[in-house]
Amino acid sequence: MQLPDPNELIDRLAEQIRPSLSPECALVGIHTGGVWVMEALAERLGADLPRGSLDIAFYRDDFSRIGLHPVVKPSHIDFDMEGRRLLLIDDVLYTGRTVRAAMNQLFDYGRPAAIRLAVLVDRGGRELPICADFAGLKLDLPDDRHLSLTRSADGRLGFVQGAA
Amino acid sequence: MSPNIQLNEDGSLRHLLSLDGLPARILTQILDTAEGFLSVSEQEVKKVPLLRGKAIFNLFFEPSTRTRTTFEIAAKRLSADVVNLNISASSQSKGETLLDTVANLSAMHADMFVVRHSSAGAAHLIARNVAEHIRVINAGDGRHAHPTQGLLDMFTIRHYKGGFHNLRIAIVGDILHSRVARSQINALTTLGCPELRVVAPKTLLPHEVEGMGVHVYHRLEEGIEDVDVVMMLRLQNERMQGALLPSPQEYFKYWGLTPDKLKLAKPDAIVMHPGPMNRGVEIDSDVADGEQSVILPQVTYGIAVRMAVMSILAGN
Repeated sequence: MQLPDPNELIDRLAEQIRPSLSPECALVGIHTGGVWVMEALAERLGADLPRGSLDIAFYRDDFSRIGLHPVVKPSHIDFDMEGRRLLLIDDVLYTGRTVRAAMNQLFDYGRPAAIRLAVLVDRGGRELPICADFAGLKLDLPDDRHLSLTRSADGRLGFVQGAA
Repeated sequence: MSPNIQLNEDGSLRHLLSLDGLPARILTQILDTAEGFLSVSEQEVKKVPLLRGKAIFNLFFEPSTRTRTTFEIAAKRLSADVVNLNISASSQSKGETLLDTVANLSAMHADMFVVRHSSAGAAHLIARNVAEHIRVINAGDGRHAHPTQGLLDMFTIRHYKGGFHNLRIAIVGDILHSRVARSQINALTTLGCPELRVVAPKTLLPHEVEGMGVHVYHRLEEGIEDVDVVMMLRLQNERMQGALLPSPQEYFKYWGLTPDKLKLAKPDAIVMHPGPMNRGVEIDSDVADGEQSVILPQVTYGIAVRMAVMSILAGN
């Protein structure tokens, strides 16, 4: 399947998000692809908003089945969560389990006023009652297909597709 | 089962009993995972749900408040249920054997044992006799090993120095009786430290030290010259009475790390100590509390390292 250039989707996503920005907003990207999208979005939005990053490895609900993820990056939330309107950002929304884990983690940093979800691609296949507020692209991808965002050494974003 | 009881057949970590024989990839995996856990202490709720529902028993056959507390905090931050048992004061005094004690605790649906014992090999014995799903961590056995202390030392060095490949490191003090020193030497050698020195009076060096791949120094001034890291060891007071050393005052005169002696090391050298410190015996207060000291950060990192070990074992 031919997918648009990720940069076009980020442009589209930025235009969706822009009208709802306020000084209370903060951006939080989910490692790894979500952090790349967050950085690109922040550039386009131009606002000086606090940024954070989450690695949800310690909050995954499949730890007892598959163990710890081999590469865990530290999470960074350097701003006060209280009263913040968070924009949680990921690259691909699929089952919803990653977003659920991210929300559990966010609440361990404090109580935000609101959380909204922005994703580059919503590929369907939800297993939890979670939906994106902003999506660069919506498509129905079969369960046996894999889709993820990549970033080359020179910073260019691209999609990788294949068998799951 | 793998010939190395610490590893599963696929080479993943099953028990942590000693750093001896553990490959660099596993040591690095633990250090990398601990980096991730550092941020947990910045959260308002200093917990992650990884070990929710798991029962961890701290089996302390010899007392150690500091080590037991750090294991307890680590387990609680992973959301595990923790039971602390001071066994010297209970069943052992009634004649129950070590393996009977462990069998009874296993029947209480334990998932992990953290074992501290005065006899070398106690944690190995338990690991060989527990059910398949139970994991064992050695929290210090006799003079043998104290692997999580060794790992937190490695974590601290990597944190401040960025790696191990260009470092000159001195371990100073009672090498003979120190399970910490053995764990440090094993780990630093595996992780590629090019120059490892041990600095001690002859009476506090093990006979086999020459075969451990280290450089031996008998004068502190020579041993810490131009080093990047000074790792002080605790002098145990009971060694004084064993005629191994003349007096604490004389030990401090020749072997105590003072600000003047520390100037012989590199200007950016860090000073480490596993605690508890004997101020005025192995280390001067001005050094212990000085700018080059990383002794308190070691304690903080020790929790993250123990969280990493517990979660890796539970996930394997």
